Amino acid sequence: MIRAENIFKSFDEAEVLKGISMTFEQGKNNLIIGRSGAGKTVLLKILVGLFEPTAGNVWYDKRDFFALDKKAKRAIRMEVGMLFQGSALFDSLTVEENVMFPLDMFTNWTKKEKLDRVNYCLERVELVGANDKYPSETSGGMQKRVGIARAIVLQPKYLFCDEPNSGLDPKTALLIDELIQSITVENNITTIINTHDMNSVMGIGDNIALLHLGKLVWTGNKDEVLESDNELLQKFIFASPFLQRLRDAAIQHG
Amino acid sequence: MNFNLFYNFGRYMIMMRSAFSKPEKLSMYWKETLRQMDDIGVGSLIVVALISIFIGAVTALQFAYQLDGTLVPRYYIGYIVRDLAIIESAPTITCLVLAGKVGSNMAAEIGGMRQKEHIDAMEIMGVNTTAYLILPRLIAAIVVIPLLVTLSAYIAIIGGYIATVPVGDLTSEEYVRGLRSFFVPFNIVMMYVKAATFAFILTSVSCFQGYYVSNGSIELGKASTNAVVYSNILILLADYLIVLLLTG
Repeated sequence: MIRAENIFKSFDEAEVLKGISMTFEQGKNNLIIGRSGAGKTVLLKILVGLFEPTAGNVWYDKRDFFALDKKAKRAIRMEVGMLFQGSALFDSLTVEENVMFPLDMFTNWTKKEKLDRVNYCLERVELVGANDKYPSETSGGMQKRVGIARAIVLQPKYLFCDEPNSGLDPKTALLIDELIQSITVENNITTIINTHDMNSVMGIGDNIALLHLGKLVWTGNKDEVLESDNELLQKFIFASPFLQRLRDAAIQHG
Repeated sequence: MNFNLFYNFGRYMIMMRSAFSKPEKLSMYWKETLRQMDDIGVGSLIVVALISIFIGAVTALQFAYQLDGTLVPRYYIGYIVRDLAIIESAPTITCLVLAGKVGSNMAAEIGGMRQKEHIDAMEIMGVNTTAYLILPRLIAAIVVIPLLVTLSAYIAIIGGYIATVPVGDLTSEEYVRGLRSFFVPFNIVMMYVKAATFAFILTSVSCFQGYYVSNGSIELGKASTNAVVYSNILILLADYLIVLLLTG
């Protein structure tokens, strides 16, 4: 479980986050949604410890992250996996070396043990046989899957995903969602996903939080999204003409 | 402007202190150091050789021209080429050129990693990124650049020979006699002090520029340019200070 407590963040004069408090539950997909500029990425970077909040605390279970010393923070980071929007794979390393990087850096496993774990993770993301490819030789969807494999290779307790579906076709996006969903449930990890993909919201949104101009304006789950009368949420969900027409058609047909 | 200077100096010092932290895994740092040694050393061999041969040749021809018709013995050309190569041209000019080649490459590589979130990815894994990205480069540069400088000095001396002896400006015996005259072993120490200091400057300054780059290709270009400009200025300043200290 991760808890954000009254998080404020300013960059010079601009206040990006204005007192966000929320809990991200273990074993569930916790989605942060909102328009561009709402503060989603800044919140995610604070949660993961890349930015320090101007005020507020982030709790990893019972550990107050920003009150910890460097060593303790590093210990928490070993329990964290993150999938980046652009995958952030190291260009000079192959798929296998990318996934193996955290194992090389932080374990004393034998080469065989590491290879077995890497192959298991690649199998888990359906990338068997892609070991020797370089990131530049793979598609966007494959890169995301390699990113997931690298994020889970150290068996994290907390998984962060920044826009996991951006730039992917709907089918591949669904596949990524399903992967994240199954990894979250199987390993009982706390997953936090930053997205504005409506398929993800309706598909895997166990807990959803809507940010608007740096404030938390709505929380609920995927079943409550359509029933909510929150104007900002409805505007956000049904922003596209396609979804508006679907909604109108659904209302017409009762 | 002044505030910026102090701010950046402070950031540089913090980065360097963090870069000298204990490595998470020695074998990974060693692997990266070897990769950097290959990049810096093997990757720069041809350019260093080319520059050195011409510097040696031009120095010899220039002094042959200057000494023509004077009472200074001809063999002095070999002596001047040797000492100029060892004391100045090999360490200083080689490092100025390496600041352009290796330094800009380091700034662009690390800057690219920053912009593509590779550094964030490592941070989240728990890697001390300043140490992992900077320490292997520093060690590699401090080991390999003095070797390149040594090679540069040899090649400059050969360049001087090729430019003067075959065309009859002086005989082979005269050139070799010059090379063997008035040798001061301390000059070799000075060459290595300069080479190691310049290697440290060009690596740390370039890594600093790349590590703190902000988003956008324009910023990356600026970081790469700044790496070369600031490295060159600091190398020349350090050159002056080293000479002042070691010859004073």
